[in-house]
Amino acid sequence: MSLLMAPPGLAHYLVLGAILFAISVVGIFLNRRNVIILLMAIELMLLAVNMNFVAFSHQLGDMSGQVFVFFILTVAAAESAIGLAILVLLFRNAGTIDVEDLAKLKG
Amino acid sequence: MAFSTAVFWIFAAILVFAALRVVTTRNPVHAALWLVLAFFSAAAIWLTLGAEFLAITLVLVYVGAVMVLFLFVVMMLDVNFEDLRKHFRSYIPVGATVGALVLVEMVLVIVSGAGAAGEGPAVPAGSNTKALGRVLYTDYVYPFELAAVLLLIAIIAAIAITHRKRRETRYQDPGKQVKVRREDRVRVLEMPSEKRP
Repeated sequence: MSLLMAPPGLAHYLVLGAILFAISVVGIFLNRRNVIILLMAIELMLLAVNMNFVAFSHQLGDMSGQVFVFFILTVAAAESAIGLAILVLLFRNAGTIDVEDLAKLKG
Repeated sequence: MAFSTAVFWIFAAILVFAALRVVTTRNPVHAALWLVLAFFSAAAIWLTLGAEFLAITLVLVYVGAVMVLFLFVVMMLDVNFEDLRKHFRSYIPVGATVGALVLVEMVLVIVSGAGAAGEGPAVPAGSNTKALGRVLYTDYVYPFELAAVLLLIAIIAAIAITHRKRRETRYQDPGKQVKVRREDRVRVLEMPSEKRP
Protein backbone atom coordinates (compact mmCIF):
# COMPACT_ATOMS: atom_id res chain seq x y z
CA MET A 1 0.00 0.00 0.00
CA SER A 2 2.92 2.36 0.60
CA LEU A 3 3.58 2.32 -3.15
CA LEU A 4 0.02 3.50 -3.75
CA MET A 5 0.02 6.20 -1.08
CA ALA A 6 3.40 7.76 -1.82
CA PRO A 7 3.45 10.74 -4.17
CA PRO A 8 4.44 9.51 -7.64
CA GLY A 9 8.17 9.72 -8.18
CA LEU A 10 10.38 9.21 -11.21
CA ALA A 11 10.07 5.41 -11.06
CA HIS A 12 6.25 5.59 -11.28
CA TYR A 13 6.36 7.53 -14.54
CA LEU A 14 9.14 5.37 -15.99
CA VAL A 15 7.24 2.16 -15.19
CA LEU A 16 4.10 3.66 -16.73
CA GLY A 17 6.13 4.41 -19.86
CA ALA A 18 7.50 0.85 -19.85
CA ILE A 19 3.98 -0.59 -19.58
CA LEU A 20 2.81 1.55 -22.49
CA PHE A 21 5.82 0.48 -24.56
CA ALA A 22 5.22 -3.21 -23.79
CA ILE A 23 1.53 -2.87 -24.72
CA SER A 24 2.46 -1.41 -28.09
CA VAL A 25 5.02 -4.18 -28.70
CA VAL A 26 2.27 -6.73 -28.01
CA GLY A 27 -0.03 -4.75 -30.31
CA ILE A 28 2.49 -4.97 -33.15
CA PHE A 29 2.60 -8.75 -32.70
CA LEU A 30 -1.19 -9.19 -32.46
CA ASN A 31 -2.13 -6.94 -35.37
CA ARG A 32 0.77 -7.70 -37.62
CA ARG A 33 -1.46 -7.92 -40.71
CA ASN A 34 -3.27 -4.61 -40.31
CA VAL A 35 -1.09 -1.64 -41.24
CA ILE A 36 -3.43 0.96 -39.70
CA ILE A 37 -3.26 -0.61 -36.22
CA LEU A 38 0.51 -0.97 -36.65
CA LEU A 39 0.80 2.79 -37.20
CA MET A 40 -1.36 3.39 -34.11
CA ALA A 41 0.91 1.10 -32.05
CA ILE A 42 3.92 3.13 -33.21
CA GLU A 43 2.18 6.31 -32.04
CA LEU A 44 1.64 4.67 -28.64
CA MET A 45 5.34 3.77 -28.49
CA LEU A 46 6.33 7.37 -29.18
CA LEU A 47 3.93 8.47 -26.44
CA ALA A 48 5.69 6.12 -23.99
CA VAL A 49 9.06 7.60 -24.94
CA ASN A 50 7.72 11.12 -24.54
CA MET A 51 6.40 10.19 -21.09
CA ASN A 52 9.96 9.26 -20.05
CA PHE A 53 11.34 12.52 -21.42
CA VAL A 54 8.77 14.63 -19.55
CA ALA A 55 9.33 12.68 -16.31
CA PHE A 56 13.10 13.17 -16.48
CA SER A 57 12.66 16.84 -17.40
CA HIS A 58 10.51 17.29 -14.31
CA GLN A 59 12.90 15.34 -12.08
CA LEU A 60 16.10 17.07 -13.21
CA GLY A 61 14.59 20.53 -13.62
CA ASP A 62 15.91 20.74 -17.18
CA MET A 63 13.78 22.17 -20.00
CA SER A 64 15.84 20.36 -22.68
CA GLY A 65 13.77 17.22 -22.18
CA GLN A 66 10.59 19.07 -23.02
CA VAL A 67 12.22 20.62 -26.09
CA PHE A 68 13.11 17.12 -27.22
CA VAL A 69 9.49 15.98 -26.75
CA PHE A 70 8.51 18.91 -28.96
CA PHE A 71 10.82 17.64 -31.72
CA ILE A 72 9.57 14.07 -31.32
CA LEU A 73 6.00 15.32 -31.76
CA THR A 74 7.09 17.06 -34.98
CA VAL A 75 8.75 13.95 -36.37
CA ALA A 76 5.82 11.75 -35.34
CA ALA A 77 3.34 14.01 -37.12
CA ALA A 78 5.46 13.89 -40.29
CA GLU A 79 5.79 10.13 -39.95
CA SER A 80 2.07 9.48 -39.62
CA ALA A 81 1.24 11.85 -42.50
CA ILE A 82 3.64 10.12 -44.89
CA GLY A 83 2.74 6.66 -43.55
CA LEU A 84 -0.95 7.22 -44.16
CA ALA A 85 -0.19 8.64 -47.63
CA ILE A 86 1.74 5.46 -48.46
CA LEU A 87 -1.17 3.43 -47.05
CA VAL A 88 -3.68 5.19 -49.31
CA LEU A 89 -1.42 4.67 -52.34
CA LEU A 90 -0.99 1.02 -51.36
CA PHE A 91 -4.73 0.47 -51.13
CA ARG A 92 -5.27 2.21 -54.46
CA ASN A 93 -2.71 0.04 -56.25
CA ALA A 94 -3.01 -3.32 -54.47
CA GLY A 95 -6.60 -3.19 -53.21
CA THR A 96 -5.56 -4.47 -49.79
CA ILE A 97 -3.63 -3.36 -46.70
CA ASP A 98 -2.80 -6.87 -45.55
CA VAL A 99 0.91 -7.10 -44.79
CA GLU A 100 0.93 -10.75 -45.92
CA ASP A 101 -0.08 -9.74 -49.44
CA LEU A 102 2.64 -7.14 -49.79
CA ALA A 103 5.36 -9.45 -51.07
CA LYS A 104 5.58 -7.97 -54.56
CA LEU A 105 9.27 -7.15 -54.23
CA LYS A 106 10.06 -10.74 -53.25
CA GLY A 107 11.72 -12.39 -56.27
CA MET B 1 -3.57 10.04 -0.22
CA ALA B 2 -2.85 13.43 -1.68
CA PHE B 3 -5.08 14.67 -4.47
CA SER B 4 -2.24 14.79 -7.03
CA THR B 5 -1.35 11.17 -6.23
CA ALA B 6 -4.95 10.10 -6.79
CA VAL B 7 -4.99 12.02 -10.08
CA PHE B 8 -1.85 10.20 -11.23
CA TRP B 9 -3.25 6.74 -10.44
CA ILE B 10 -6.63 7.43 -12.03
CA PHE B 11 -5.19 8.78 -15.27
CA ALA B 12 -2.49 6.09 -15.39
CA ALA B 13 -5.17 3.40 -15.09
CA ILE B 14 -7.27 5.01 -17.84
CA LEU B 15 -4.16 5.34 -20.03
CA VAL B 16 -3.16 1.67 -19.68
CA PHE B 17 -6.72 0.46 -20.25
CA ALA B 18 -7.13 2.66 -23.35
CA ALA B 19 -3.78 1.45 -24.73
CA LEU B 20 -4.85 -2.17 -24.22
CA ARG B 21 -8.12 -1.52 -26.04
CA VAL B 22 -6.25 0.15 -28.93
CA VAL B 23 -4.34 -3.04 -29.69
CA THR B 24 -7.16 -5.53 -29.01
CA THR B 25 -10.32 -3.94 -30.37
CA ARG B 26 -11.98 -5.31 -33.49
CA ASN B 27 -12.90 -2.10 -35.25
CA PRO B 28 -10.10 0.30 -36.34
CA VAL B 29 -12.44 3.27 -35.84
CA HIS B 30 -12.85 2.24 -32.19
CA ALA B 31 -9.08 1.77 -31.96
CA ALA B 32 -8.56 5.35 -33.13
CA LEU B 33 -11.08 6.64 -30.57
CA TRP B 34 -9.40 4.66 -27.75
CA LEU B 35 -6.10 6.17 -28.87
CA VAL B 36 -7.69 9.62 -28.50
CA LEU B 37 -8.60 8.70 -24.90
CA ALA B 38 -5.03 7.52 -24.31
CA PHE B 39 -3.63 10.83 -25.58
CA PHE B 40 -6.04 12.79 -23.35
CA SER B 41 -4.97 10.81 -20.26
CA ALA B 42 -1.29 11.24 -21.12
CA ALA B 43 -1.86 14.99 -21.51
CA ALA B 44 -3.45 15.07 -18.04
CA ILE B 45 -0.44 13.27 -16.54
CA TRP B 46 1.91 15.70 -18.27
CA LEU B 47 -0.08 18.55 -16.74
CA THR B 48 0.64 17.16 -13.26
CA LEU B 49 4.34 17.04 -14.23
CA GLY B 50 4.33 20.76 -15.02
CA ALA B 51 4.61 20.40 -18.80
CA GLU B 52 1.53 22.48 -19.61
CA PHE B 53 2.57 23.56 -23.08
CA LEU B 54 3.35 20.01 -24.22
CA ALA B 55 0.05 18.75 -22.77
CA ILE B 56 -1.90 21.31 -24.79
CA THR B 57 0.22 20.56 -27.85
CA LEU B 58 -0.49 16.85 -27.47
CA VAL B 59 -4.23 17.49 -27.43
CA LEU B 60 -4.16 20.02 -30.27
CA VAL B 61 -1.73 18.24 -32.60
CA TYR B 62 -2.51 14.60 -31.87
CA VAL B 63 -6.20 14.58 -31.01
CA GLY B 64 -6.98 17.50 -33.29
CA ALA B 65 -4.94 16.65 -36.34
CA VAL B 66 -3.22 13.27 -36.40
CA MET B 67 -6.12 11.20 -35.06
CA VAL B 68 -8.58 12.95 -37.38
CA LEU B 69 -6.22 12.02 -40.22
CA PHE B 70 -6.26 8.41 -38.99
CA LEU B 71 -10.07 8.35 -38.79
CA PHE B 72 -10.28 9.92 -42.25
CA VAL B 73 -8.06 7.24 -43.77
CA VAL B 74 -9.79 4.37 -41.92
CA MET B 75 -13.18 5.50 -43.14
CA MET B 76 -11.93 6.17 -46.68
CA LEU B 77 -10.48 2.71 -47.21
CA ASP B 78 -13.01 0.01 -48.01
CA VAL B 79 -11.22 -2.86 -46.27
CA ASN B 80 -12.71 -5.97 -44.73
CA PHE B 81 -11.06 -5.72 -41.33
CA GLU B 82 -12.38 -9.11 -40.22
CA ASP B 83 -10.12 -10.81 -42.77
CA LEU B 84 -7.12 -9.06 -41.27
CA ARG B 85 -7.89 -10.51 -37.83
CA LYS B 86 -8.11 -14.14 -38.91
CA HIS B 87 -4.91 -15.21 -37.19
CA PHE B 88 -5.28 -12.81 -34.25
CA ARG B 89 -5.49 -15.57 -31.64
CA SER B 90 -2.54 -17.53 -32.99
CA TYR B 91 -0.26 -14.52 -32.40
CA ILE B 92 -1.29 -14.11 -28.75
CA PRO B 93 1.27 -16.54 -27.17
CA VAL B 94 4.36 -15.12 -28.86
CA GLY B 95 3.12 -11.55 -28.47
CA ALA B 96 2.36 -11.95 -24.77
CA THR B 97 5.72 -13.65 -24.16
CA VAL B 98 7.75 -10.95 -25.88
CA GLY B 99 5.70 -8.17 -24.28
CA ALA B 100 6.09 -9.65 -20.79
CA LEU B 101 9.84 -10.05 -21.31
CA VAL B 102 10.21 -6.45 -22.50
CA LEU B 103 8.17 -5.21 -19.55
CA VAL B 104 10.02 -7.27 -16.94
CA GLU B 105 13.43 -6.25 -18.27
CA MET B 106 12.59 -2.56 -18.35
CA VAL B 107 10.96 -2.58 -14.91
CA LEU B 108 13.97 -4.39 -13.40
CA VAL B 109 16.35 -1.82 -14.87
CA ILE B 110 14.17 1.09 -13.73
CA VAL B 111 13.62 -0.20 -10.18
CA SER B 112 17.29 -1.06 -9.67
CA GLY B 113 18.48 2.35 -10.85
CA ALA B 114 15.65 4.70 -9.99
CA GLY B 115 17.45 6.32 -7.07
CA ALA B 116 20.54 7.05 -9.17
CA ALA B 117 18.95 9.90 -11.12
CA GLY B 118 19.01 12.25 -8.16
CA GLU B 119 17.10 15.47 -7.75
CA GLY B 120 17.88 18.41 -9.96
CA PRO B 121 16.97 22.00 -9.30
CA ALA B 122 13.25 22.54 -9.15
CA VAL B 123 11.59 23.67 -12.37
CA PRO B 124 11.48 27.47 -12.26
CA ALA B 125 8.10 28.80 -11.26
CA GLY B 126 6.06 30.80 -13.74
CA SER B 127 4.92 30.16 -17.27
CA ASN B 128 6.02 26.83 -18.67
CA THR B 129 5.41 28.13 -22.19
CA LYS B 130 7.72 31.09 -21.59
CA ALA B 131 10.49 28.86 -20.23
CA LEU B 132 10.14 26.42 -23.12
CA GLY B 133 10.13 29.24 -25.67
CA ARG B 134 13.22 30.80 -24.14
CA VAL B 135 15.16 27.54 -24.51
CA LEU B 136 13.67 26.73 -27.92
CA TYR B 137 14.53 30.05 -29.56
CA THR B 138 18.04 30.36 -28.13
CA ASP B 139 19.85 27.07 -27.53
CA TYR B 140 17.76 25.01 -29.92
CA VAL B 141 17.01 27.50 -32.70
CA TYR B 142 18.91 25.51 -35.35
CA PRO B 143 17.09 22.19 -34.60
CA PHE B 144 13.88 24.22 -34.51
CA GLU B 145 14.50 25.46 -38.07
CA LEU B 146 15.34 21.91 -39.13
CA ALA B 147 12.03 20.71 -37.67
CA ALA B 148 10.23 23.35 -39.73
CA VAL B 149 12.00 22.17 -42.89
CA LEU B 150 11.13 18.58 -41.98
CA LEU B 151 7.43 19.46 -41.77
CA LEU B 152 7.62 21.21 -45.16
CA ILE B 153 9.24 18.12 -46.68
CA ALA B 154 6.53 15.95 -45.13
CA ILE B 155 3.81 18.13 -46.69
CA ILE B 156 5.43 17.96 -50.13
CA ALA B 157 6.06 14.21 -49.82
CA ALA B 158 2.50 13.40 -48.75
CA ILE B 159 1.08 15.41 -51.67
CA ALA B 160 3.58 13.99 -54.17
CA ILE B 161 2.84 10.41 -53.10
CA THR B 162 -0.94 10.61 -53.27
CA HIS B 163 -1.35 13.03 -56.20
CA ARG B 164 -2.58 11.48 -59.41
CA LYS B 165 -3.86 12.69 -62.74
CA ARG B 166 -7.45 11.56 -63.15
CA ARG B 167 -8.20 10.36 -66.64
CA GLU B 168 -11.82 11.46 -66.60
CA THR B 169 -10.99 15.08 -65.83
CA ARG B 170 -10.52 17.44 -68.78
CA TYR B 171 -7.60 19.80 -68.51
CA GLN B 172 -5.55 22.00 -70.85
CA ASP B 173 -1.88 21.50 -71.61
CA PRO B 174 -0.54 24.90 -72.78
CA GLY B 175 2.65 23.31 -74.11
CA LYS B 176 0.68 21.07 -76.42
CA GLN B 177 -1.53 23.97 -77.46
CA VAL B 178 1.46 26.08 -78.48
CA LYS B 179 3.21 23.25 -80.31
CA VAL B 180 0.23 22.37 -82.49
CA ARG B 181 0.76 22.82 -86.25
CA ARG B 182 -1.62 23.42 -89.12
CA GLU B 183 -1.20 19.84 -90.39
CA ASP B 184 -2.49 18.45 -87.10
CA ARG B 185 -5.81 20.21 -87.42
CA VAL B 186 -6.68 20.80 -91.11
CA ARG B 187 -6.54 18.28 -93.95
CA VAL B 188 -7.18 19.45 -97.53
CA LEU B 189 -8.73 16.73 -99.68
CA GLU B 190 -8.15 16.67 -103.45
CA MET B 191 -11.10 15.01 -105.23
CA PRO B 192 -12.79 15.43 -108.61
CA SER B 193 -16.06 17.31 -108.54
CA GLU B 194 -19.14 15.31 -109.39
CA LYS B 195 -21.34 16.04 -112.39
CA ARG B 196 -24.93 17.07 -111.95
CA PRO B 197 -27.20 14.33 -113.26
